[in-house]
Amino acid sequence: MNWLAIWEIYSFEMARTRRTLAQSIVSPVISTVLYFVVFGSAIGSRITEVDGVSYGSFIVPGLIMLSVLTQSIANASFGIYFPRFTGTIYELLSAPISFFEIVLGYVGAAATKSIILGSIILATAGLFVPLELAHPFWMALFLVLTAITFSLFGFIIGIWADGFEKLQIIPLLIITPLAFLGGSFYSISMLPPFWQKVSLLNPVVYLISGFRWSFYEIADVSLSISLGMIGFFLAICMGIIWWIFKTGYQLKN
Amino acid sequence: MRPIISVSNLTKTYKGGFTALKNINLDIQDGEIFGLLGPNGAGKTTLISIICGIVNPGEGSITVDGHDIIRDYRATRSLIGLVPQELTTDAFETVWHTVSFSRGLYGKPKNPAHIEKVLKELSLWDKKDEKIMSLSGGMKRRVLIAKALSHEPQILFLDEPTAGVDVELRKDMWQVVRELRASGVTIILTTHYIEEAEEMADRIGVISNGEIILVEEKAELMRKLGTKQLTLELHSKLRKIPTSLKAHKLELMEEGMQLTYTYDTRGTRTGITTLLNDLSKAKIKFRDINTSQSSLEDIFVNLVKRSK
Repeated sequence: MNWLAIWEIYSFEMARTRRTLAQSIVSPVISTVLYFVVFGSAIGSRITEVDGVSYGSFIVPGLIMLSVLTQSIANASFGIYFPRFTGTIYELLSAPISFFEIVLGYVGAAATKSIILGSIILATAGLFVPLELAHPFWMALFLVLTAITFSLFGFIIGIWADGFEKLQIIPLLIITPLAFLGGSFYSISMLPPFWQKVSLLNPVVYLISGFRWSFYEIADVSLSISLGMIGFFLAICMGIIWWIFKTGYQLKN
Repeated sequence: MRPIISVSNLTKTYKGGFTALKNINLDIQDGEIFGLLGPNGAGKTTLISIICGIVNPGEGSITVDGHDIIRDYRATRSLIGLVPQELTTDAFETVWHTVSFSRGLYGKPKNPAHIEKVLKELSLWDKKDEKIMSLSGGMKRRVLIAKALSHEPQILFLDEPTAGVDVELRKDMWQVVRELRASGVTIILTTHYIEEAEEMADRIGVISNGEIILVEEKAELMRKLGTKQLTLELHSKLRKIPTSLKAHKLELMEEGMQLTYTYDTRGTRTGITTLLNDLSKAKIKFRDINTSQSSLEDIFVNLVKRSK
């Protein structure tokens, strides 16, 4: 393993975050605070509790997941797309570094940023609403797995995209709606039976459900199914990345 | 002596069906400066990109210092530094940071002393803390060279290194390249500037339409393929070439004040003695005489024309 190269890529990406602190950390935190104000205060005054948890506290795991999902994708996709766009990708491809190591550097940095962001949002939420953390280990596991999985997904988008528009299109048109409809702000059980079944087709439901369980021990689906779904999605992303590097898709041809 | 780079039967066809390289066989010797010449789209950059790992190879094999570029890619890439044709840099990074980053990618531990030496050699030291976007085109080109040298490579690929660079900077770069060669680095240079290859290269390879059409020692190439010209400055104006001199295929130039005779250096007889005798018989006097060798550019143009 070329550990020095992995560290160099990782540090490079983390340094970019420090340079763009407002965009990388401050902006998502402000957005989340706004969600608290709008959803927590406006809707929270009408829905006092969901499954025995105050509405303000109930939406915290969903808001963290929303930010982690979108930021993981944005960070990883931009991280690999930018060298492709500027042409500096030649340096990565001609260095004595394996594709696995390249992924480790970029995805590691993107996931780290998302985990830091998720933790900041959690701490910020603690200032607004009372929080319980029933299973800290499971919470950390869900957070890390989600950050890694969606960073891998972002990496795939960054390789696939051949323009800035494509870089934005999947997060905007698919991920954000899935996250909003995945139970960030409500429990699936609050929906009519038909829409409950439709919601189960949304993979984000499983992530948010598992994550919320680690806080309040309430879930829309069982923990094992949540873990299974995230593992399944992780495996799909890894398979696609393996294929990309095996064929050199969008990179070496 | 084992070549440091050996390309055997390499063919590369892109997805769209365009064959960029056709059965290339080429050996690069350790420590030489090899000039790869060819018109636009001839396949120079594709060949370099395959050796460096940027483009997937097609058929054939390539070894670098005896290692296969696919199986032992870590060993081969560690030996190579690449200066790409395009000015591809991280605009928002400082010179120091981007050069140090390149070294790290090659798995080499930090060595500020080496980075400092490279930056000083390339006259970049006073720019080390500046962002790359603030540098001129020539300086960016130097940054690319510094990045390629950051991990102390044994082989350096320079793909059009002086494109868009002013004359002074170009000569500085030639000096850097000479110093690198003196330190044992093998250099493969592609260029559009024939004078650059003529100035720098030990051997010349000419590629056209994806095929290597010639590989030769530069001096030998110029000796073999070169023609020489004998120019006579006449004492008095000549209206037309006398019939007795027609066989020499002379050219009358400079409003009748200059005669030019072209001859092949490979011939056992140049015909100069006969020409001078015939001129004497024709009572044509001259006040000066000089000879000139055809340039590499003339040779290159002729070769490419012939291959088409």
